[in-house]
Amino acid sequence: MTGLQWDWTMVWESLPDLLLKFVEVTLLVTILGSIIAAVLGLIIAIARRSAPKPIAAVLTFIVNFIRMTPIVVQLLFAYYLFLELDPVTIGVIIFGIHYSTYMAEVYRAGIEAVPDGQWEATTALSMSRSRTWVAVVIPQALRSTIPALGNYVISMFKDTPFLIAITVTEMVRAALVFGGNHFTYIEAITTAGIIFLIASYPTSLLIGRLEKRLAFSN
Amino acid sequence: MPSQTDTEPAIRFDNVEKRFGDNVVLHDLNFSVAKGDRVTLIGPSGSGKTTILRLVMTLEEANGGYIYVDGEPLTHEERGGKRVELKEKHKNEVRKRIGMVFQQFNLFPNMTVMENLIEAPVHVLKMSKADAIEKAKGLLEKVGLSDKADAHPLELSGGQQQRVAVARALAMDPEILLLDEVTSALDPEIVGEVLNILRDVANETDITMLIVTHEMQFARDVSNRVLMFDGGKIVEESDPETMFTSPKEQRTRDFLSAVLGNN
Repeated sequence: MTGLQWDWTMVWESLPDLLLKFVEVTLLVTILGSIIAAVLGLIIAIARRSAPKPIAAVLTFIVNFIRMTPIVVQLLFAYYLFLELDPVTIGVIIFGIHYSTYMAEVYRAGIEAVPDGQWEATTALSMSRSRTWVAVVIPQALRSTIPALGNYVISMFKDTPFLIAITVTEMVRAALVFGGNHFTYIEAITTAGIIFLIASYPTSLLIGRLEKRLAFSN
Repeated sequence: MPSQTDTEPAIRFDNVEKRFGDNVVLHDLNFSVAKGDRVTLIGPSGSGKTTILRLVMTLEEANGGYIYVDGEPLTHEERGGKRVELKEKHKNEVRKRIGMVFQQFNLFPNMTVMENLIEAPVHVLKMSKADAIEKAKGLLEKVGLSDKADAHPLELSGGQQQRVAVARALAMDPEILLLDEVTSALDPEIVGEVLNILRDVANETDITMLIVTHEMQFARDVSNRVLMFDGGKIVEESDPETMFTSPKEQRTRDFLSAVLGNN
């Protein structure tokens, strides 16, 4: 061993491949997965609160099952169950479902944080159940949940390399391929890591600012 | 010729029982409030006054007995000797005639003042948005907050929020208005601004009012009947003048001297 050999040209040469896969796969899966997770999570949270007890209990069991098993296992399971489906599609769906169970918990906390007085006011105004959710409870619950939801989006983003398990060439896989072709892995892997950092850090700052802006003015 | 319902009381409690667990809050309670009456409920805390308002607003459900609004059963009716729960749709129809102002205001913080005022008229009464806004403007003027239509509730003082809450309840044109300790969360110096508005409402409308308050002067000014509660029962009942100057029951005297002594 002569110690670490660092070749800057490898960084620049790997960059186009990595950025391409970053946009094509990593970002795409994160965005679409987040949308599914956010919508499905909200549906789960509302259903667990207002559905009849047996349905809510079944839902709780499913949610716990998904949360207590590794996402890689879920990806592989879906991949081999639906071999005819495109692996990126499977990735989007599984990331969406997996994270929806976490987001449902965030929503639940947000919904519970809406004071009883708000529900009582909707009753006193004879508002319908659906209008109560749409106009009063969800908007108020969302404000307190958006930062936590944003953190799960960042988590999902950082979990995208698990897609390698189902043969998807996302950014880290692209770095490995590049490394194999050029007999040096460190530069490309490091570059991939830095791209993750550059993308997540401003996002987390944005979430922090959003948190402040969304707080009800006092 | 008066129709049948005109002769019915606005609110009637018929052997109403309310328990929280083993704790019996109201036991076999019977009383009625005539249309246009302003009835104040007084009594020590825990005597069940607020529970009565919450039962009328259907925020709580009675464990026994019946509550009638305009002669119509509110949540349960007697059918073949059995106490049967009524459909949600029926409850909603009756509930529309009742408005409530809460101790903690309970305005919707995610909406502007105007949005708070038009939400239910537009979505529950199916009023056009333009009409609802027109009406809301008139109500805001009445409560002296015309310049706050676009403000958010949490930008307002407690007194202003409560005035908006009164306007929001009135926007639904209720036949019955329930006032649940509406000044208890306010600083003493702004209690007056809210009570003055409610005095105006009492003078200018024929809305039936059921009031729980510790403001004895307000009770005296606004109500025509006062019910003294203790332990979930009506201990004494009279016009305000008699109640506050020459109560018959010792418990009423004790309560009044405690309350007035604190003021």
